[in-house]
Amino acid sequence: MTSRTPLLSAHGLTKAYGNRLACAGIDLDVTEGEVLAIVGESGSGKSTLLSLLAGELAPDAGEVRYRMRDGQIRALAGLGPAELRRLMRTDWGFVRQDARQGLRMAVSAGGNVGERLMGMGERHYGRIRGQALDWLGRVEIEVGRVDDPPSQFSGGMRQRLQIARNLVTQPRLVLMDEPTSGLDVSVQARLLDLIRRLSAELGLAVIIVTHDLAVARLLSHRIAVMRAGRVIETGLTDRVLDDPEHAYTQLLVSSVLAA
Amino acid sequence: MGGGGGAEPSAPQSGYNFAYLDEGTKRMIRRAILKAIAVPGYQVPFASREMPMPYGWGTGGVQVTAAILGRADVLKVIDQGADDTTNAVSIRRFFAKTSGVATTTRTTEATVIQTRHRIPETPLTEGQTLVYQVPIPEPLRFLEPRETETRQLHALAEYGAMHVKLYEDISRHGHIATTYAYPVEVAGRYVMDPSPTPKFDNPKMDDCPALQLFGAGRERRIYAVPPYTSVRSLDFEDHPFRVQDFTEPCALCGARGHYLDEVVTDDAGGRMYICSDTDICETRVAEAAR
Amino acid sequence: MTALLTFRDVAKSFTLHLRGGVVLPVVGDVGFTVEPGECVVLGGPSGAGKSSLLKMAYGNYRCDAGAILVRDGDAVIDVVRADPRVVLALRARVIAYVSQFLRVIPRVPALDVVEAAGREGGLDAEAALARAKDLLARLNLPERLWGLPPATFSGGEQQRVNIARGLIADRPLLLLDEPTASLDDRNRAVVAELVREKLKAGAGVLGIFHDSAMRDAVATRVVDVTHFAPRARAA
Repeated sequence: MTSRTPLLSAHGLTKAYGNRLACAGIDLDVTEGEVLAIVGESGSGKSTLLSLLAGELAPDAGEVRYRMRDGQIRALAGLGPAELRRLMRTDWGFVRQDARQGLRMAVSAGGNVGERLMGMGERHYGRIRGQALDWLGRVEIEVGRVDDPPSQFSGGMRQRLQIARNLVTQPRLVLMDEPTSGLDVSVQARLLDLIRRLSAELGLAVIIVTHDLAVARLLSHRIAVMRAGRVIETGLTDRVLDDPEHAYTQLLVSSVLAA
Repeated sequence: MGGGGGAEPSAPQSGYNFAYLDEGTKRMIRRAILKAIAVPGYQVPFASREMPMPYGWGTGGVQVTAAILGRADVLKVIDQGADDTTNAVSIRRFFAKTSGVATTTRTTEATVIQTRHRIPETPLTEGQTLVYQVPIPEPLRFLEPRETETRQLHALAEYGAMHVKLYEDISRHGHIATTYAYPVEVAGRYVMDPSPTPKFDNPKMDDCPALQLFGAGRERRIYAVPPYTSVRSLDFEDHPFRVQDFTEPCALCGARGHYLDEVVTDDAGGRMYICSDTDICETRVAEAAR
Repeated sequence: MTALLTFRDVAKSFTLHLRGGVVLPVVGDVGFTVEPGECVVLGGPSGAGKSSLLKMAYGNYRCDAGAILVRDGDAVIDVVRADPRVVLALRARVIAYVSQFLRVIPRVPALDVVEAAGREGGLDAEAALARAKDLLARLNLPERLWGLPPATFSGGEQQRVNIARGLIADRPLLLLDEPTASLDDRNRAVVAELVREKLKAGAGVLGIFHDSAMRDAVATRVVDVTHFAPRARAA
């Protein structure tokens, strides 16, 4: 586990907007079965970092490397657009803060889950529907809702549907951008439990961006604290949160109720 | 010669260039057509001109027809299979006036057939060209409103989303309920909207000896299916593509296996089913009477 | 043979950046070992750094100096310097940590909490479930509570879930931070018995027990933490 090449690694990732550095020389890596939390206040650069990792933004400097299914390490920037998109919709998942960006709101829950399978060439309706029903069950959505569109779902259900839609192709890496924000506390807890259970069961590598230290504590093994575009402290989640070294981390930890 | 719409070649009305469009515009459109033929099913942008008719009345098809029409051509125009509707008659007269080419209602006699929403029942032959009027050329539009994104999807042949629509049909209706504008894959590559023809006509597009050209005026796109090109209707293994069945024969000519229109005949709810292709129906009726 | 756990010249202080960078020394020159079958109890008044030592051994707190060596089979790992992934692997296989407080994801039933800890500790699902039930039964947690999330439980009930969770797997090194603080005599005796079973099986225990009955029941040696009082430093 420890000597293996990471699944994804970032080296010196840098991105500026005008003269403001959104990300400055970021190094990080994540591997299978591991949840990495990126925490920081809004404007700290964590969302930009996630976009860089996802290949949605091109860095000004640095690169992201990924271990493909065939074991080869490839730089994301070296993948063609077709290859990159195929990777995104098969081997990667991306759970968005706003479900409307991650789901087709007018398409049924089953269609939402089935889309990635159809994108991979599955052409058997019965099998697609079977998988959709199976996944709805796994994310605790009543299977009777399979033909309802997410526009009729609650916020928590929409996030769970996003997770099903992403996991149906058995990705190895899942990126999550504030997946629990805007949800009621009890709904959050249920979602966190689900994410934790599925990521452990499936051995997923997860990178989760959150401003909520309690979410980071419950879900992540390791944590990276960002401030003004830099990772200022990183390590074991509980060590960083319980014995923070950096002044800013101490401030961050002290500003929230005990997680 | 049967049918009321046919006319011998005549001198075009003075004051207009042959077939209305100027030669420069026609060359521009022909270049787009050639590219469309070279890349079957790919939507080629073109500089659509204002035509003397409103959008939705076939401005795209008319520009394609104008660009390919020669003096020796024989033109047929149909609207929903009929030669005698306002739209068909207007377009036929328009070209008779501006080009003086011969017109016909007989599928077998025509060299160029402009159509809205049907393919003739009479099998097309080599040397014929079928010009479709297309309102919305983009089959992915309903799922993805952004043009930049649909172009990417076509470029990368990412067509999973197309099947989402069919999936939704089956989950809602138990079968694929899309009955017109049924998406097809052309030459194993591009997914194409066959214009709002009934899916009944989809099999006629496959391996067709005639050239098929599609013009969308408002959306400024031209695409094509060259002769003898594979055109496959999208489907699922366990829900294969099927055309509509008509239980009754045509009430006028008795044909089976033609696409039928339902016609309400009186205020008491009386109705009959007749061929939507007026040419083949009239021909069969005339032959039976002989 | 190397000890299960070795503290060597360990020092720890907290720097409080939010209070003008004041440095609070915790311990210094810490040195002792825990051998298999041994239950070392940390003694000394509260505030002497007993809990901090346990947290450092678990990798939860950083150290300023020294080494904390944990035996993992034939290997010896320095928790102070190890990569986070190595520490996590160590926690999965070697080190169990039971604190006074149960910290779990809300909404998960008690039995699942314990069973999941068993699986994370290397048991197969069947064994994990069987042991979880056995432990909860021995700790006298009423069966009607097993299917409920522990957030609604009393302090003593939560603590018993926490103990079951910490002891379910066969980890050779147990760090126990007052696990019996809110338990009655009957349940405290059960915990003592569980700890003795672990010792008999070759595990080593480093514990903090304020309650003398518990300490007497399990301790093989007491290490007085006041010996590790930090040397005064210039602030």
